[in-house]
Amino acid sequence: MSGATSTATGKEPVAVVGIGQTKHVAARRDVSIAGLVREAARRALDDAELDWPDIDAVVIGKAPDFFEGVMMPELYLADALGAVGKPMLRVHTAGSVGGSTALVATNLVAGRVHGTVLTLAYEKQSESNAMWGLSLPVPFQQPLLAGAGGFFAPHVRAYIRRTGAPGTVGSLVAYKDRRNALKNPYAHLHEHGITLEKVQASPMLWDPIRYSETCPSSDGACAMVLTDRAGAARSPRPPAWLHGGAMRSEPTLFAGKDLVSPQAGKDCAADVYRQAGVADPRRDIDAVEMYVPFSWYEPMWLENLGFAEEGEGWKLTESGVTELDGDLPVNMSGGVLSTNPIGASGMIRFAEAALQVRGQAGEHQVDGARRALGHAYGGGSQFFSMWLVGAAPPAS
Amino acid sequence: MPVPRPLRDIAVVAFAQSDHRRTSDELSEVEMLLPVLHRVLDRTGLRTGDIGFTCSGSTDYLAGRAFSFTMALDGVGAWPPISESHVEMDGAWALYEAWTKLLTGDADTALVYAYGKSSPGSVRDVLTRQLDPYYVAPLWPDSVALAALQAQALVDAGDTDEPALAAVASRSRRAATGNPHAQLRGPVPQGDYVVRPLRTGDCPPIGDGTAAVVLASGERARELCERPAWIRGIDHRIEAHGLGVRDLTDSPSTRLAAERAGAFDAPVDTAELHAPFSSQEVVLRRALRLDDSVEVNPSGGALAANPVMATGLIRIGEAADRIRRGDSDRALAHATSGPCLQQNLVAVLEGDPR
Amino acid sequence: MAEVLKAPLVVEFPFTRSLGPVQSAFLSGLRERVVLGVRGGDGRVLVPPVEYDPVTSEELDELVEVAPTGTVTTWAWNHEPRRGQPLDRPFAWVLVRLDGAGTGLLHALDAPDGPGSVRTGMRVRVRWAQDRSGAITDIACFEPYEAGEAGTPGEAGEPAPHDGRFADPVTGIVAPARLDYTYSPGRAQSAHLRALAERRVVGERCPSCRKVYVPPRGACPTCGVATSERVEVGPRGTVTTFCIVNIKAAHTANLDIEVPYVYAHIALDGADLALHGRIAGIPYDRVRMGLRVEPVWPDGGGHPDHYRPTGEPDADYETYKELL
Repeated sequence: MSGATSTATGKEPVAVVGIGQTKHVAARRDVSIAGLVREAARRALDDAELDWPDIDAVVIGKAPDFFEGVMMPELYLADALGAVGKPMLRVHTAGSVGGSTALVATNLVAGRVHGTVLTLAYEKQSESNAMWGLSLPVPFQQPLLAGAGGFFAPHVRAYIRRTGAPGTVGSLVAYKDRRNALKNPYAHLHEHGITLEKVQASPMLWDPIRYSETCPSSDGACAMVLTDRAGAARSPRPPAWLHGGAMRSEPTLFAGKDLVSPQAGKDCAADVYRQAGVADPRRDIDAVEMYVPFSWYEPMWLENLGFAEEGEGWKLTESGVTELDGDLPVNMSGGVLSTNPIGASGMIRFAEAALQVRGQAGEHQVDGARRALGHAYGGGSQFFSMWLVGAAPPAS
Repeated sequence: MPVPRPLRDIAVVAFAQSDHRRTSDELSEVEMLLPVLHRVLDRTGLRTGDIGFTCSGSTDYLAGRAFSFTMALDGVGAWPPISESHVEMDGAWALYEAWTKLLTGDADTALVYAYGKSSPGSVRDVLTRQLDPYYVAPLWPDSVALAALQAQALVDAGDTDEPALAAVASRSRRAATGNPHAQLRGPVPQGDYVVRPLRTGDCPPIGDGTAAVVLASGERARELCERPAWIRGIDHRIEAHGLGVRDLTDSPSTRLAAERAGAFDAPVDTAELHAPFSSQEVVLRRALRLDDSVEVNPSGGALAANPVMATGLIRIGEAADRIRRGDSDRALAHATSGPCLQQNLVAVLEGDPR
Repeated sequence: MAEVLKAPLVVEFPFTRSLGPVQSAFLSGLRERVVLGVRGGDGRVLVPPVEYDPVTSEELDELVEVAPTGTVTTWAWNHEPRRGQPLDRPFAWVLVRLDGAGTGLLHALDAPDGPGSVRTGMRVRVRWAQDRSGAITDIACFEPYEAGEAGTPGEAGEPAPHDGRFADPVTGIVAPARLDYTYSPGRAQSAHLRALAERRVVGERCPSCRKVYVPPRGACPTCGVATSERVEVGPRGTVTTFCIVNIKAAHTANLDIEVPYVYAHIALDGADLALHGRIAGIPYDRVRMGLRVEPVWPDGGGHPDHYRPTGEPDADYETYKELL
C-alpha cells in the first residue's frame, strides 16, 4: 500500500440517512425488475424524506448479469432510478457486490464529488436459476460436481477439523438466524414454529451442511441514501455515520490460500478497525451483520474478523454470545440464511448495520447499539467489503 | 461559471494497451492482459504492492461466462491482498471509480484496467441483451441496426450524409497509420451496406484487446511521470433508455458531462471520442462544440480499434499519452456505453505549462 | 505451435419475466389488438408505455389507447436478418410514432418493395401476429399504409383513456435467449488438456515463487507473472477435505451420478494447491481427510472420471494442512 494522505485532504464525513428494502420473497411475480428496484429506492427516499431531484448520482450493484439475462441492466434501469441526466455507476464484485457498491457510493460523498447519492443492489433470482448462471457449461472444463453447497461444505469440514468444533454449532446458528428473521418483516424466510430439533432433523445435503443451514434463493432489493454533513443536518431521522470502510481482494485459488480464514478478510477488517479507531472489536463493536450463506460461516467469520481467537469462534456461538440478546449479536435481521437476493445480500448487511445504530431496527433492534459492522464477501472467498457505522459522527 | 477544481490533483501517469486484433483465441483473458499490466507498471517503476487501489472494467456477456473478471485478477498478482473493485462497465468508468478513491485520500496511486474479447461471440447479437428486456430485447435489434437508425435520423435532419460519414471513416483509419496498436489502419474501403445507411467502413472493427492506466495524485504523479496528464475534470451522465423517447441526433448527456468536467471553460487542442460508428462522431462533435481547430481521434478512435469494454479507457489513455509526449496541452477524452450513446463520460486532461 | 483448442459454448435460457401493472396492460392489450400508451408528466403519450417517466422520474399509470397506425420517424434497411429478429426476409428497422403517441416504438417494417419504398414520414400500420400471447412479438411487424397522409385528421385523434384491464391479463413473459460463443481456453489450459488426453496431469511452475499450479491458468495469481515451465504432477494425491453430496442438483453435472457420493479437494503429489474431483471405489462414509487416491481415467482420456483409493496409508494431517 502506498502511504495514504487522507488527513491532507480532509474527507467529507458520510452519513446514511435513508434505508429501504423490499419484502424479500422467492419470486416477486407482481413487479418487473425496474419495479423491484424502484420499491427499495422509493422507500429509502421516503425514509430520508427526499425526492428524486435531491439525488445527485446513483450507484447500483448486482451479481452476474446472466442471473436475469440482462446485460449491464443499469442502462435499462436508469429511468426507474431517477438517474436520467445524472451519473450512474454499476459495480460488480461477485457476492461482496452489495457492500462494494455502498462503498463506491461513499467515495462520491467522501471525495466531495456529490452531496447526496442513492445506492442500490438487487437480484431477481426468479427470472432464471442461479445455478444455471453459475454453472454455464464451459467446454473443456471439469464440470461443477456438487451444486452450490458443495463448493462451501469442504471448507466447513476443514474448519471443523482445524478447530475441533462440535458438529452441532451449525444448527445453533441456523436456529438463531431463523428466529431473528421472525422479528424482521423484510426477511424472506419466516419459519414460525422453528425449533433446534427441526433444524437438526433437516436433511444432510452436503455433509456437513444440512438443508436448514443453507440460504434461500430470493428476489429482493436494498437501497440507501448517503449524504454529507449538510445533508445529515437536514435528516428527519438519526443518521448512521461511516467510521470506516474497506475492500480487499485476493486471487480465486492459489497456493497457500486459506479458504477457512482468508487473509483478505483479515486485512479488510484490520483496515476498517484502524480507520474507526477500534482496538478490540469484541469490546468496541455492539452488533454485527455478516455474510453467512451457510451457517458454519458464522464461527469462521467471527475468527476471521477478529471477534475471537483462531479456533475459538464456535465457542462464542455455542455460548449464546451471538444471540439477539447476547453480548455480541450477529445477524439480528436473520442474515443471508433467511434472505438471499444474491447481489443485494451484501448491501442488506450494510443497511442492517446502519439501522441498528440509527435505532431503527424495530423488533430486532439491539438496545443501545452505537457501533455496528456490516460485512460482505464473495467469489472463492476472495472479495471482501466491510463498513463500520456509528450513531455518532466520526472523530475528525 | 468555471467548474471548481477537484479536491485533489490527480493525473494519468502511464498508459499501455495491447495490439488489438480480430481474434486472440490462443490466449485466455489473463494471458492477453498480463503483458499490458506489466508494461503499464514498468512505465512508472511501480509494482502491484505499491499500488493503492486497483479497479477494472469488463463484462461477463462478452466471455459467455459468469464471474469472468475473477480469473483476470490472476494477472494482477493480488497477494498480499489488495484494495480492489470492478465495474461491469467500460474501463473509463473503472478509472472514474479509481479517481474518486484517490480524491478521498485513501490511496495515492491506482491501477485501472479493462479488457474485452469480442471474438468468441457475435458482439452485434450480444449487445442486444443490453436492451429493455420486455419490449425491445425480444426483437433482437443488433447494435449496427440501432446505430443505423440514429444515422438515418441524422441524415434526415440534414446533419450529415453518406459522403460525410465516409470522410469520418477514412480520416480515422488514416490517423491510425500512426498507431501501431490499431486493428484497422490506412485505406479501408467503405464497402457495402451493413444496415443502411451504415456501410462496413462506418462500423468499428470487431476485435480483442486490453488496456491499462496508472493514476497518481499530486507530487506522486510528478515523481512517476515527466509530464502527467492532470484530470482537470471528469463527469458522466446517463439518458433515458428508450430510443423512441430520445432525440437520437443529439447527446445531451455528453454535453452535460462536458460542462461538469469543465470542457467548455477553455478550448481543447485534442479530442479522443468513443464513437464506434462514424455517425456518432457527428453527434459528439456537436455536443462537445468541437470545431476544425481540434484534432479529433489522432489515434484513429474506435473506428480503428474497438475492444469493447476497453475502448473508452483507451480514449483517456491516448489523450493522456498525447499530453505526456507534448503533443497536447489540453485534451478531452470521451467514453460511451449503451445503445446510441445512452451514457457518456467526459474527462478533461491538461499538461503542466511548458 | 499446436493448433488452438476451440469448442462451441451455447448460453441459452428461457428467462421468466414478471411484468408489473403497466407492462402487463400493454402486452395484454397487444394480445387483444389494442395498443396502449401512458401519459407522461409533460403531457406526451409514451408508446410503448414505460413504468417510470424518463423526464420527471415519477411512476406512470395513466393509460390511454392509441391507433395502430403511425408515422416512421427513422428507419434502417436490414438486408440480412439475424436470428430472432421479427422477419426472416429483408426488412426495415423503424421507429414508429403511432397516431396519438409522442414517442417512437421500435419494430420491423415489412417493405416488399425494398429500401427504395421506405422513407421517414411514411405511414404504416401494425400487422398483427396470427397467434398472440401477450408479447411485443404480437406485433408481427409494421406494413406500409396508404389510406392517409401523415397528420391527416381523424387518424390522429386524441388518445382515449383506458383502464388497462383485460380479461385474463398477461402477468409474465418467457424470454428465451440464446447466444453462441466459440470458447478457447488459452495457451496454458490447452497444454493441460492435451496432456490429460494422454492421461498425464501437467501443471505450470511460477518462475518467481516456484509454486506448481494445476490446472495451470497462464499466470501465477499471487506473483502476477506468466507461468510457462511445465511440470508433470500426480497422478496420485491426497484428499485434503471433502463433502458428501446427498442431493441431485438441477443444472449441474451431478445429474448422472448416484447419490450419495463424495466431492473432494485433492492435492496431487507435486502440486501446490488442491483440485476438485469425485471419490469412488470406497463406501462414501469411509472417505476421510488424508486418504490417498489416484485418478480413474475415462476411455479416451480427458478429465479423470473420479479418483479411487490407492491403498497407501493415509497422509499425516501435518503434510497437507497448508493445502486446505
